[in-house]
Amino acid sequence: MLTALGTAPFFLYVAVFLLLPIGVLGVEAFRATDPVTFEETWSTDSITTITGGVYRRAYLGSLQLSLITAVLSAVLGLALAVAILRARRGLLLRRLVLTASGVLANFGGIPLAFAFIATIGSQGVVTAMLQDTLGIGLGGFSLYSMTGLALVYLYFLVPLMVLTIIPALEALRPQWREAADNLGASSWQYWRHVGGPVLLPPVLGATMLLFASAFAAYATAKALVGSSVPLVTLQIADALSSNVVVGAENLGKALALGMVVVVGLVMAFYAWVQRRTQRWLA
Amino acid sequence: MTALAEGVAGAGGVAPATPIRSGRRGGGGWRFAVLGLLGLYFLVPIAASVWFTVRNRGTGEFTAEHYTGIPGADGFAESFTRSLVLAGLTVLIALALMVPTVVLVDLRLPRLRTTVELLTLMPLVVPPIALVVGVRSVLSWAPDYFLGTPLAEVFFAIQEPDLPWILVFAYVVLALPFVYRALDSGVRGADLRTLTEAARNLGASWPRVLVSVVLPVLRTSVLNAAFLTLALVLGEFTFANILGFETFPTWILRISGSAPQLSVAVSVLSLVVTWMLLLMISALDRRRGTKESA
Repeated sequence: MLTALGTAPFFLYVAVFLLLPIGVLGVEAFRATDPVTFEETWSTDSITTITGGVYRRAYLGSLQLSLITAVLSAVLGLALAVAILRARRGLLLRRLVLTASGVLANFGGIPLAFAFIATIGSQGVVTAMLQDTLGIGLGGFSLYSMTGLALVYLYFLVPLMVLTIIPALEALRPQWREAADNLGASSWQYWRHVGGPVLLPPVLGATMLLFASAFAAYATAKALVGSSVPLVTLQIADALSSNVVVGAENLGKALALGMVVVVGLVMAFYAWVQRRTQRWLA
Repeated sequence: MTALAEGVAGAGGVAPATPIRSGRRGGGGWRFAVLGLLGLYFLVPIAASVWFTVRNRGTGEFTAEHYTGIPGADGFAESFTRSLVLAGLTVLIALALMVPTVVLVDLRLPRLRTTVELLTLMPLVVPPIALVVGVRSVLSWAPDYFLGTPLAEVFFAIQEPDLPWILVFAYVVLALPFVYRALDSGVRGADLRTLTEAARNLGASWPRVLVSVVLPVLRTSVLNAAFLTLALVLGEFTFANILGFETFPTWILRISGSAPQLSVAVSVLSLVVTWMLLLMISALDRRRGTKESA
């Protein structure tokens, strides 16, 4: 009994600083403030509002950006991971890529945005170089757009993919490949019937993680595009900083609750995928 | 936050002894294409950022003034010190909270493991911006409902702009996944049960066991957790921005309009700092690895 008390601080802390705020979101997203009397009532107004118009576009924008960047980074990260694992004199290369991945996966937020602004922003080094040599600049590309954001997100998502998928790749037993070789299977047949099916669950799981990561990203987007690109995180910040619209605060809570629900659904899928993974890699 | 999700995976990145398969089949041209292309993608922004900060665009001359000017820049000392203090406090509270919990769960309460693990992983899943909106709602209870009570005083006290304790409390939550993972792997690696039982049999009290036996055994994990938390807090933007406090990252954004080159210089520097922090972690990991195999 006394030992159980020893964990009380932890549970208390988590209850106050993690569960309470989320719970409050779940309740207060359904509250509304009357613009005239400032009286609070139960209402689904905020929830209705966020399913339409600019907020609907923001959700769709966020979903689109996260989905595209997650799939792209998953493919690129997987390719990079396979490339370094199969390298002949690979030990040094592998160590280098893994260390760099650890660092770059943590290099997000504000500094990352500024590194890209310095590179391909309107005054960027590469932009200026292309302008001076070819006279075309970056063509029609703009860093301060959805495409630009996607390009920046890859910078921390690809390393994240490498880090999360390497253990799964290492679990592919060489014996499977040897058995397939001995039975006369081609490289394609091996991946189609052995490697692919085993790798599918962890790759899907990692992609979910990338998705959640991109979906929640705020700092990079804030520094790069302000609020000119429709993203939920930016809309939430906008709603909270608005002193003009009464009830904007409740709107922010509804938007945040929506994010939690989206991520919750993705994670439920992730958990399901993980259970299947364990079956293969146990 | 994104930056963080990854740290968890990063901390455990240990290279295997042998490649799964040496490239017997040839046809590895795509490998070089992938490595070359991605290498370029990852190196160019860093190189360009450095170039951007050391070269005067007008005269074409090279200068280090943007780097030497950082310490004296308006607001830098204040915001960076604040971030450091926040980071230090976060590390202390997170460790004080998690070391006893992890040890207790491992030694005496294994059936709580799953619950603790799930709770500590939650901050990875819940978007930080959603969490901060919730925190803001709770904070607004003070003027709305508690005005005039001691509780309201507490609420206002933790929102002091000079040292916003609420950020510390929130960052501890954000750090939970990394701290738990680091400590848990340390506890699993060491045979804590035998060690603590030996100490208890020799008459040591529980606090004494914690300080003289558990902490030294977990030294590497504790340092690991501390470094990850440090990197997390120094780069955290969402909470500080939404709650309206000025920390190092929000300062970078604020000055970027008037001093673009300075903001890029600071960004480069913060990449170097993250790099060094994480290199220290992997150096610690490696030292532990060699010690165990020896």
